[in-house]
Amino acid sequence: MVLIVVLLLRNFVDDPQEFINVFLIGLTTGCVYGLVALGYTLVYGILQLINFAHGDVFALCGLIASSIIADVLFLQRGDGALVLVGGLLLTLVMTMGFGATINASIEFLAYRRVRSQSRLTMLISAVGMSFIVQNIALIIYDVNFRSSPDLIPQRNAFTIGDVSMPWDKVAVVLITIPVLMMLTWLVRSTKQGKAMRATAQDQDAAAMMGINVNRTISFTFVLAGGLAGAAGLLFLSQFNMRYDTGFELGLIAFTAAVLGGIGNLTGAVLGALIIGFIQAFNEGLAIWTPGSDWTRSIVFGILIATLVFRPEGLLGERTPEGA
Amino acid sequence: MATETAPRGPRVRERVSSAARAVHLDEVKKGWRRLPARARSLIPAVILLGLVATYPLYVDTLNEGWLFFPSEIPFILELPSVSTAVIMIVFVMMAVGLNIVVGYSGLLDLGYVAFYAVGAYTAGWLASGHFQQVSFHLGSVGINRDAAGIHISVWLVLLIAGAVTAIAGILIGLPTLRLRGDYLAIVTLGFGEIIPQVVRNGDRLGGFNLTNGSFGINPIDAPGFGAGLGSAIGLPVNFQQSFDKQNLFFWAALALLLITIYCSVRLRDSRLGRAWIAIREDETAAAAMGVPLMRTKTWAYAIGAFFGGVAGAYYSSFKAGAFPSDFYFNISVFLLCMVILGGMGSVWGVVVAGAILSYLNQEGLSNIGTWLNRDTPVSFEVAKYQFGIYGLIIVLMMLFRPTGLIPESRRKQEIEEGVHDGETLYGDRHA
Repeated sequence: MVLIVVLLLRNFVDDPQEFINVFLIGLTTGCVYGLVALGYTLVYGILQLINFAHGDVFALCGLIASSIIADVLFLQRGDGALVLVGGLLLTLVMTMGFGATINASIEFLAYRRVRSQSRLTMLISAVGMSFIVQNIALIIYDVNFRSSPDLIPQRNAFTIGDVSMPWDKVAVVLITIPVLMMLTWLVRSTKQGKAMRATAQDQDAAAMMGINVNRTISFTFVLAGGLAGAAGLLFLSQFNMRYDTGFELGLIAFTAAVLGGIGNLTGAVLGALIIGFIQAFNEGLAIWTPGSDWTRSIVFGILIATLVFRPEGLLGERTPEGA
Repeated sequence: MATETAPRGPRVRERVSSAARAVHLDEVKKGWRRLPARARSLIPAVILLGLVATYPLYVDTLNEGWLFFPSEIPFILELPSVSTAVIMIVFVMMAVGLNIVVGYSGLLDLGYVAFYAVGAYTAGWLASGHFQQVSFHLGSVGINRDAAGIHISVWLVLLIAGAVTAIAGILIGLPTLRLRGDYLAIVTLGFGEIIPQVVRNGDRLGGFNLTNGSFGINPIDAPGFGAGLGSAIGLPVNFQQSFDKQNLFFWAALALLLITIYCSVRLRDSRLGRAWIAIREDETAAAAMGVPLMRTKTWAYAIGAFFGGVAGAYYSSFKAGAFPSDFYFNISVFLLCMVILGGMGSVWGVVVAGAILSYLNQEGLSNIGTWLNRDTPVSFEVAKYQFGIYGLIIVLMMLFRPTGLIPESRRKQEIEEGVHDGETLYGDRHA
């Protein structure tokens, strides 16, 4: 721990501007991870299922978003600001809707029937579903990388000293925060949220209280799919993606969810930010870091360490069942 | 035959033939039943084994078209080549090993490829010229006495690789086996991702070239019996240098597979195996009955890893190299798919499913693709979407037949109530 602080300080002193830039990259990536991680956490919270297909749904959404931008709405770089903002918002809504539909269909097709069987059955089914979704993306988009034109200008939104933050990164943060607040409100304060929490605790008891368990679970998948859709669009605005992007990113996001305490919404975002920073610092900082060759090992090392030493995560509560 | 003299009328013929069938088949069946139980299960096994063992001798003849055998089989075009068969056997071996972990003990392992990698690289270290700094020879065959590097007899290396991998399995298992079901799956997946990356980046670990990075280690030595035995009784000196090397690798792989299956079956019926199955069925109840959870699970991990390591080492010796690009998460899923398709815990099911899937992976899918594109208007690259197809298989199996193609006999017995002892993987089908 001390070593890490020393490492960060050393890098900060050496090149503060670079450090803060890397920090901002970490913040952006962390936000995208957070949106995906929320999907994992929501589904795990209600079904105790690691929804392996989630990462691939995210990737498929991103690819679909690239199609919507390029081939449906014909958004281009030179369009007026109003057209762009409106177009992007429309894309966001469409992508979220697409993700929600896909995710709910997956639940209906692959998970609902095996819910009564052992958890392992559902998990294996999820692994299979992950490959199916990935191959759907492969069929539609082949192996090529897709990207979106730089719709959001790279102009700096604000500059403090030598450090600047471009608009496209601001947009990511601007979308993530309201989504998180909405989600928290939804789960904490609405009737549907109450139903979700009840179902998560005890499906049978919830059913006896007149909660439509199937519909509540479907609703959870719809939410998670919508989040994956939003994440897909945001990821697309920053990076290239192709059919298998979602697999690894999904694993990282899942790590984030576990790190923060799976089933805990705030925890998922916190964990995602931490993982985002770790990745950015590891890949971006010059001094004493292992470099991008090792990112995956570090992230999964964190995952294993979390599960072994603190399976309930940073913000989670220790459940009687253990981990 | 009674059917030959039967009248033409379809109804009468039907009746006569059914009577004949009843008489004759009853006779045959009775004769069959009179055989001792051991012979009954042994005869088909011996015939099957004979057919498999002589496969390299007749496959070419059959593929060219022989007697009634078509020169082109529908859909798959031709029988697998011998080298494909070697790979099939290796993968079946790994699947049988994974079956111990997943099928017997119910521990979902999504990182089995890590064990495969450890086995392959152990073989790479101990039977190649990778470590130029030293020169150590122990029973190596067909290699210059002065060659640099560590050259240990591959037979020995197989055992060592198994042991090293088993230790790796224990090391991975000890901290993680406390976790339940799906968390365990994730941790193993993590290891399955970390180990290939370590292997890929391991060419400058603290300035030391451990794994030769993305180029991999090659050439790896081949097994063989050495010059002494070679000249005395004509056993091959070195597989790789023999002119029928694929056949030799095939037979050796088959022998290894038989040992693996034998161990696997015997383990299943041992005290340890029953403890595994007890844990799989109900961990809490097993613990209450005095089964030491951690130790039993760790054994499952270690033994499953052992076979993965042996298979990995043998495979790398066959390919004469260990390359980091061989170790993907997809392989773990592929092996898992074999276990699920065959029926978790059912050794024979896993063998059959493993053979089918690895065949499809190696030759079958591309052949089917060729057939599709040539003889049907459909144009579809089957091989490209192979993992989508496996995914579909997994999901469909989970939805409609979670016990697999050939369900484990114990599970069937549980369902059918009438519990018999002894053999009966297939025996109870009509009971």
